[in-house]
Amino acid sequence: MVAWLALHRAEMRSVLLGAISLALFILSWHFLTTYRVSFHVRFANVPTPAQVFESFVRATHNGTLLHHVVLSCRRIAMGFIIATVIAVPLGLVMGRFRFARDVVFPVSEVLRPIPAIAWVPMSIMLWPSNEESIVFITFIGSFFPILLNTLHGMANVDPVLVRASQCLGASEFSIFRDVYFPASLPSIFTGLTVGMGVAWVSLIAAEMISGQFGIGYFTWEAYSLVQYSDIALGMICIGILGLGSSALIRGIGRIVMPWKKST
Amino acid sequence: MSELAAAASDKGRIEVSHFGLSYDSLDGPVEAVTEADIVVEPGEFVSIIGPSGCGKSTLLNAVAGFLKPTRGNVLVDDEPVSRPSADRGMVFQQYSLFPWKTVRENVEFGLKMKGMERSRRETAARTLLGLAGLLAFENHYPDRLSGGMKQRVGIVRALATGPKVLLLDEPFGALDAQTRIIMQQILTNMWQRLKISVLFVTHDIDEAIFLSDRVYCMTARPGTIKAEINIPLARPRHQAMMMSSEFLALRRGLMSLISEESLKAMGGEINDDALQGLTIDTHGHTLSDML
Repeated sequence: MVAWLALHRAEMRSVLLGAISLALFILSWHFLTTYRVSFHVRFANVPTPAQVFESFVRATHNGTLLHHVVLSCRRIAMGFIIATVIAVPLGLVMGRFRFARDVVFPVSEVLRPIPAIAWVPMSIMLWPSNEESIVFITFIGSFFPILLNTLHGMANVDPVLVRASQCLGASEFSIFRDVYFPASLPSIFTGLTVGMGVAWVSLIAAEMISGQFGIGYFTWEAYSLVQYSDIALGMICIGILGLGSSALIRGIGRIVMPWKKST
Repeated sequence: MSELAAAASDKGRIEVSHFGLSYDSLDGPVEAVTEADIVVEPGEFVSIIGPSGCGKSTLLNAVAGFLKPTRGNVLVDDEPVSRPSADRGMVFQQYSLFPWKTVRENVEFGLKMKGMERSRRETAARTLLGLAGLLAFENHYPDRLSGGMKQRVGIVRALATGPKVLLLDEPFGALDAQTRIIMQQILTNMWQRLKISVLFVTHDIDEAIFLSDRVYCMTARPGTIKAEINIPLARPRHQAMMMSSEFLALRRGLMSLISEESLKAMGGEINDDALQGLTIDTHGHTLSDML
């Protein structure tokens, strides 16, 4: 036990410092709100941590919060998975065949700078149901980071590995499957992590504008209904969900790429 | 192993004749190699040595099938080389193990490409790794290995498919001096067991002499074969031989051939006249003294 502590001293310190930092954050939040501090920024209407915890207990008790969270997660999962399933193979093909790259790249470059939020009106027109349009916006948000990082990974495949595989009798297809694809995986996972972040940003915006359910809608509705503690509750939920989903991707990355010591 | 040796013993003749390779640049075609002739007899260990940029790697890459000659022929067992194949195993200067495969999976790769079933190729890879003293590392990923071990795995991987010839492109260039000597010893040992033809590219004179039956010496660009030297040292060879008078005589001979070419490769004729007008402080020495 002592030896273990000695070996993990740096990690233990990180965990401890992290806990202290979080505690300080909540403590200053508590003081700023209970004493209704106001110096240009007004904390008068901001709920205290205790109030937020109360509304958390209430919202979990009657099941509304869980319902919103589940719906948001489902939208994220659908949009993100569709984006992955399309963007990764497309990026791999574009990276391997110049023709595909020359055809697709200009279109993607024109569409890429448009923020997912700007797609909201168009999306509502395009898709028959609200649900589909929200999933579509989530999809658009995560699509480009995944595509670009896959392309980047393909462009940086070490040519000596390709040559080595050719000398070992690899066919075109197996060079693609056994060299280009695994060599691009770290970059693909970077794209997935970034894409997941953008997916949440896009989802929350879409839910605030056109949603009927979901954690973004919950947060915005709390503002309209003057349920100030629910605003903070919604925000914290979004933060935790974002954190959890990127941790999930990192976890999958570790399983898929056991040769990477740390990602 | 004996199967591999038997299969390789009567095959693997490399014949490069009237070889020339040029590429296009904005200033017109550039001649990298011209009129090069090389023969490697079955089971022979042959090195190509020359200053950097002389086209020795170009020549090797043409034998591997990565580059097409502009002129002349590259034949292996009387078949013209058209593309890379598992018949010609190659070891690169840069570490070229697949980082996402374990040591054993790396060695198995060529066998997998041949369609050998899992259990058989696993056994084959284990046998080879055992001979190279690497069995303990079979489940390690390459980034946990030292440079010398990586190159040993690289050699084992190239040999696993039972190629007719083994091509090595400065494989020990990135290793420290001690490791390099050990690697040279390991390579000669493996070569003697397998009786495989080897074409070895290096700029290290000691390495070329220690390993080879014959050494081709190349000129500076455009590269061509300047001399062919037989290395009559007895086999098996040991490190101690590197101090023998025979070895040192060969070394002197090759050294004088090479240094002439290296000077040329460094940019035209370097002489005292070329120094005039340059702001190099030679402290009263001539440049040729300093070099």
